[in-house]
Amino acid sequence: MSGHLLEMRGISKSYPGAQALQQANLSAGAGEIVGLLGENGAGKSTLVKILAGAQQPDGGEILIKGVPVRFKNTREAAACGISIVFQEFNLCPNLSATENLFLGHEMRGGLGLLSAQRMREKARESFSRLRTEIDPNALVRNLGVAQQQIIEVAKALQQNPGILIMDEPTATLADKEIQILFAIMRELKQRGLAIIFISHKLNEVLEITDRVVCLRDGRNSGEIESKSADADKLVSMMVGRDLGRMYMPRQSKRSAEVVLEIRQFARPPHVNNVSFQLRRGEILGLAGLIGAGRTELARLIMGADKKTAGTLALNGRRIEIRHPADAVACRIGYVSEDRKRLGLVLGMTVRENCTMTVHRQIVNRLGLIRRRAENEIADRYISRLQMKVSSREQITRNLSGGNQQKVALAKWLAIHPDVLILDEPTRGIDVGAKAEVHQIITRLADQGVAILLISSELSEVLHLADRVIVMHQGRLTADLPRELATEEAVMKAAVS
Amino acid sequence: MGMPGTSLFQWLLRRRESGIFLALLALACLITSFQPKFATASNLFLVSRQIAFTAIIALGVLFVILTSGIDLSVGSTAGLSGFTAALAMAAGWPVVVAIAVGLLTGAAVGAINGAIVSYVGVTPFIVTLGMLGAAHGAVLVIKQGDSIRNIPHSFISVANGSLFGISVPVLILIMLAVLSHVVLNHTAFGRRVYAIGGNEEATAFSGVNTRAVKFLTYVICGLAASVTGILFVARFQSAQADAGRGMELDAIAATVIGGTSLMGGEGTVAGVLLGAIIMGVIRNGLVLLEVSSYWQELIIGGIIVLAAILDVVRSRKRG
Repeated sequence: MSGHLLEMRGISKSYPGAQALQQANLSAGAGEIVGLLGENGAGKSTLVKILAGAQQPDGGEILIKGVPVRFKNTREAAACGISIVFQEFNLCPNLSATENLFLGHEMRGGLGLLSAQRMREKARESFSRLRTEIDPNALVRNLGVAQQQIIEVAKALQQNPGILIMDEPTATLADKEIQILFAIMRELKQRGLAIIFISHKLNEVLEITDRVVCLRDGRNSGEIESKSADADKLVSMMVGRDLGRMYMPRQSKRSAEVVLEIRQFARPPHVNNVSFQLRRGEILGLAGLIGAGRTELARLIMGADKKTAGTLALNGRRIEIRHPADAVACRIGYVSEDRKRLGLVLGMTVRENCTMTVHRQIVNRLGLIRRRAENEIADRYISRLQMKVSSREQITRNLSGGNQQKVALAKWLAIHPDVLILDEPTRGIDVGAKAEVHQIITRLADQGVAILLISSELSEVLHLADRVIVMHQGRLTADLPRELATEEAVMKAAVS
Repeated sequence: MGMPGTSLFQWLLRRRESGIFLALLALACLITSFQPKFATASNLFLVSRQIAFTAIIALGVLFVILTSGIDLSVGSTAGLSGFTAALAMAAGWPVVVAIAVGLLTGAAVGAINGAIVSYVGVTPFIVTLGMLGAAHGAVLVIKQGDSIRNIPHSFISVANGSLFGISVPVLILIMLAVLSHVVLNHTAFGRRVYAIGGNEEATAFSGVNTRAVKFLTYVICGLAASVTGILFVARFQSAQADAGRGMELDAIAATVIGGTSLMGGEGTVAGVLLGAIIMGVIRNGLVLLEVSSYWQELIIGGIIVLAAILDVVRSRKRG
């Protein structure tokens, strides 16, 4: 295996209480795209953090072009030609595209003043090299997610790296934008870069990579040429067991009883005259491109934003929801797409997060919290949702993404919702956890919960939903029963 | 909060208050070795009363800081509350009513702060900085002539008195500390205070009326400041226009030294008490060691910045 641009051999790393990596290996050649797969907590992030110099291994060695190297920090790694595109954007929304691109590497002219003109031209150049037109003066705040992602890539490429690490770069992108990113990746490959690509979306991994390396519990669990792999093969390499089925069949018959009726909801420009009905035990898929107004609609229903028009009826009675507290009181729950910002208090324990919505139920007459009642609620959902936690007292920040998502679900199940809005419930969680979340959703609907499922993953919507509505630029453009909801029909409605 | 199966010693080791407590012990030994007068009963009585004045305010400040807010106006609020209480007493109102007037003043000042911070949405730093000036200004406006001196003796003797060798302010502090601890750790309100400091948006999305909770923390803070303000009237047997000025420094310092994170969401009553004791002991030690008052300010200021640095280092370690 000599001649590799990058070779990581026998890398080990342990944290207090956990062995993150055990003798893990990863190699990449020039002009090769290597997929790095594994469930959350398998050690992918730790491995690339070590490569990028953000963390130091306990053992093992890293060879670049056959020469052993040791990075004390990210700057030393960058000097060796290693760049990383992080999972979460590290851009300043209040600065322009150019200013973000040159942040920390500003070009200076005489007197140490910034040479804005030169930087702008350089920026234009590097964007066009990525085959995208981004106005160098545009504030990042005003750019789309895809454009922001491209700025991240451009930023990483500024150092002229030999090795580029991309940690879930497609997590927030829509299909069309993903194709643009892939075109860019192919071009970088042509230029001889080694790319390490981390993603949970198996079809993407199969499409773009040359080779896939799998990690499980901190060890290598398999390696395969992408040409000869398929999704099933990758899944079994990742989890080392059969997942059962990704989607469960529905048990109950559909009910005709309307639980939630939305009429003429509006908050321009994001939501315009949206009306729909949600029935007991129904999973209603809400599809659309990013920015179509789906999350904004959910926020209106929850009372997080003020609507300019529209009425809402719950179980046939017209009600007014002015604040999420009203929604909770009406047993409408909302699992946010952004669990770190809107879903969880990460510094608090699993127990405290699970009961965040039901304080009224767990206090006694003196207003004191009954710890036993609180513990019971936490324990119930820990076991029912099969959370992997060391105890209910574990700090939520230390859980994997999938388990955090289960906590975010638990706190809404605790209110015994009639209506549950799930906004991208499987974003950024691994395959195993994804299947579990899908099962939970199906089970809830079977128990009679009316579910509004917002998802950018088409296959998820099509498999889970009993009916699919589609939004485009703030309007509903389709209402399709399951039989008619094909990929083509939904996509057509989503773009027109 | 001790987990079954772990010894008391291990539990103590894990608490951040333990380190602060050890620092306090070392400090007390150091001062005593230089100036044995420190450890005498009469000195400790005076020090503890002085600490109580600061600590009562700091308890209120704790509520606000836990929501990641700040209240810079507590010193002036204490002054104004003591002043209105003294006015009522001098006017011949029953002492109990006069005390209620003082408490209401503090609560009202807190309510103004809280309303502007949580319902209008102005940064607490600016709101309470303005109130620091405004509350003091109110004293100067109301004050006709000099300080108010005809304070009833019954009030002075009770508020300056002691029970079982413990001064009344310290007894009040103990009561308020227990009450604060219970509210913060065993009520839904307290849970929400911590949650807002951890993630305000997520807390609001969970159906918590975060504005009301934040508003209340400022009211509590104003109330706590007024308790010290009223005790000051007895302490000086008069209401001075400058009473309470600058106390925000000691109160906020006590909170931070006691391990409360200025980012919100972390901090305990026990920590605040320890922080206030450390501040009081240092001040007393500097006086006993006859350090010039100029140097005292410099040293105290340095300690506060040091505590804030420690806070950041600590949170960085947690990652």
